[in-house]
Amino acid sequence: MAARTDLFTSPDYFNVDELLTEEHKMVRESVRNYVKKEISPIIEDYAQRAEFPLQIVRQLGELGCFGPTVPEQYGGGGLDYISYGLMMQELERGDSGVRSTASVQGSLVMFPIYAYGSEEQKMKYLPKLASGEWLGCFGLTEPNHGSDPSSMLTTIRDAGDHVILNGAKMWISNAPFSQVAVVWAKNEQGEIQGVILERGMEGFTTPTTHGKWSLRASATGELVFDNVKVPKENILPGVKGLKGPLSCLTKARYGIAWGAVGAAMDCYDTALRYSKEREQFGKPIGGFQLQQKKLAEMLTEITKAQLLNWRLGVLMNEGKVTPQQVSMAKRNACEIATNIARDARQMLGGMGITGEYPVMRHMMNLESVITYEGTHDIHLLITGMDVTGFNAFK
Amino acid sequence: MKILVCISKTPDTTAKIAFTDNNTKFDTGGVQWIINPYDEWYALVRAIELKEADPSAVIHLITVGAADAEPIIRKALALGGDEAIRVNADNHDSYYIASQIAEVAKQGGYDLIFTGKETIDYNGSSIGGMVSELLGLPYVSLAAKFELAGNKATITREIEGGEEVNEVELPVLVSCQKGMAEQRIPNMKGIMGARTKPLKVVEPVAVDTLTSVVGFGLPPAKAGVKLVAPDNVEELVRLLHEEVKAI
Repeated sequence: MAARTDLFTSPDYFNVDELLTEEHKMVRESVRNYVKKEISPIIEDYAQRAEFPLQIVRQLGELGCFGPTVPEQYGGGGLDYISYGLMMQELERGDSGVRSTASVQGSLVMFPIYAYGSEEQKMKYLPKLASGEWLGCFGLTEPNHGSDPSSMLTTIRDAGDHVILNGAKMWISNAPFSQVAVVWAKNEQGEIQGVILERGMEGFTTPTTHGKWSLRASATGELVFDNVKVPKENILPGVKGLKGPLSCLTKARYGIAWGAVGAAMDCYDTALRYSKEREQFGKPIGGFQLQQKKLAEMLTEITKAQLLNWRLGVLMNEGKVTPQQVSMAKRNACEIATNIARDARQMLGGMGITGEYPVMRHMMNLESVITYEGTHDIHLLITGMDVTGFNAFK
Repeated sequence: MKILVCISKTPDTTAKIAFTDNNTKFDTGGVQWIINPYDEWYALVRAIELKEADPSAVIHLITVGAADAEPIIRKALALGGDEAIRVNADNHDSYYIASQIAEVAKQGGYDLIFTGKETIDYNGSSIGGMVSELLGLPYVSLAAKFELAGNKATITREIEGGEEVNEVELPVLVSCQKGMAEQRIPNMKGIMGARTKPLKVVEPVAVDTLTSVVGFGLPPAKAGVKLVAPDNVEELVRLLHEEVKAI
């Protein structure tokens, strides 16, 4: 397939740029230029072939997209949360799978090691994960426990100087290519603990998940543990209970809130350009009212989500954010992006279903993004419980 | 080795061009600014490559411009410049700008001065030649390749229909064009590092402004395209004769 020229121009209807610092804009420009140079020309082809572009791991590490908010002494970027959000927006503007790779590495692998790991664990793993020398994955979801992680069946049992890990995790981004996995399992007391696994440990395998119609350029797999001997120094000492994995998910959901808006911006921009070029009944289709309605609604929702994300970023930077606020932004971004991708695909007519344009790829990707890291429905219940005080989960 | 790279702020290549003040000034409203690509992609990146080969090398950046040039200076620092000097003046006369650069360069004792071959806005192409004259340095223009061995530089320049290879001893001033290096993207480490790199603002020295712009004009708008069927030669001839008046 011929490489598509990436003509993306960012919509900014309410001059949100004026709320950003020059450094934020520089971060965004760097990641945008990287996506135009290294992702857009190849991603459609990889997605069509359902192959993970492994070369991006090193590239993202060199650019500084892994763990940008982790302090520099551990190889991170030391950047603020708005910079991190803009980075995720630009990566997902290219492809949700690319953003997923960076989200998992930064928020789900580096963050728990940084927040709950020992100094030795931080020094051993974080610099290699930041540089992209190692790829990591995060094991929480199980075949029979997705939205309900506290019922997990994966266990660790004390065996002297090590623990024995048994169980299985499913829908794990990056799993087939990971050197490191942060896995959540229950101990004898029923407490959830995090352990760091390394590829090559006996009894630890990562079978690839095939047949996805979504995130096709991202590698997904299972983590299977068959009496894996894990040294006790690989247990994350700083946390016990569900708050460990949930705090990671808050960080990752924050990135998704920005990322999904990036995918929506690409769909809108593609549809807008197409509507000016494509002529029917003797004039560009952008001149017809029904197309203008779609574009106007898309831009309105993108603008609202951009402002929500910016405010969320400020709250993150100030340490005032609540997980419920992050949940709302993630749900909103995924919902509007999914709708925008569908409308954009319709505007592109038959061309919308081909790989000539990025829209159908985004549309299919977003079906995963609206599902993982808390489904749309679960996020509704989080807000519902927050405002009413009633738990409607069970 | 001390390297000075001259950088200039220019409108993004996608900026809409319009003029104000009776067509004597460029309308900067809504314009996105970038580092002049010849300065960034070729001059600065080649300087960074030389520093990578010789870590003792130091790269200074200079721009003559108002405070609104600082974002592009920070980007150049993020790419790999060590420190920057901004001469606080807003003037588009080449002699004025070259004189300011020469004044700073005199004090800096640079082994190598790089400029882009031209800026993509005013296309003057004259700063390099003027600065070298003011400093009494050899000048090699339109360099597409620059190799350094000790104190001797081998510089390949593009000439009509071929290339010319020059040898010159440092110090030298070189204007750079495509071929010298490839565009780089600043990484997060570079962006963070640029926060604390020195950016010195100096006031301009008194120099005459020798030229002033009395008017800008846009090229005529593109006429519409008429498609003629391949077998309709009569219509083609009629159009060329009656409308284009070419035959």
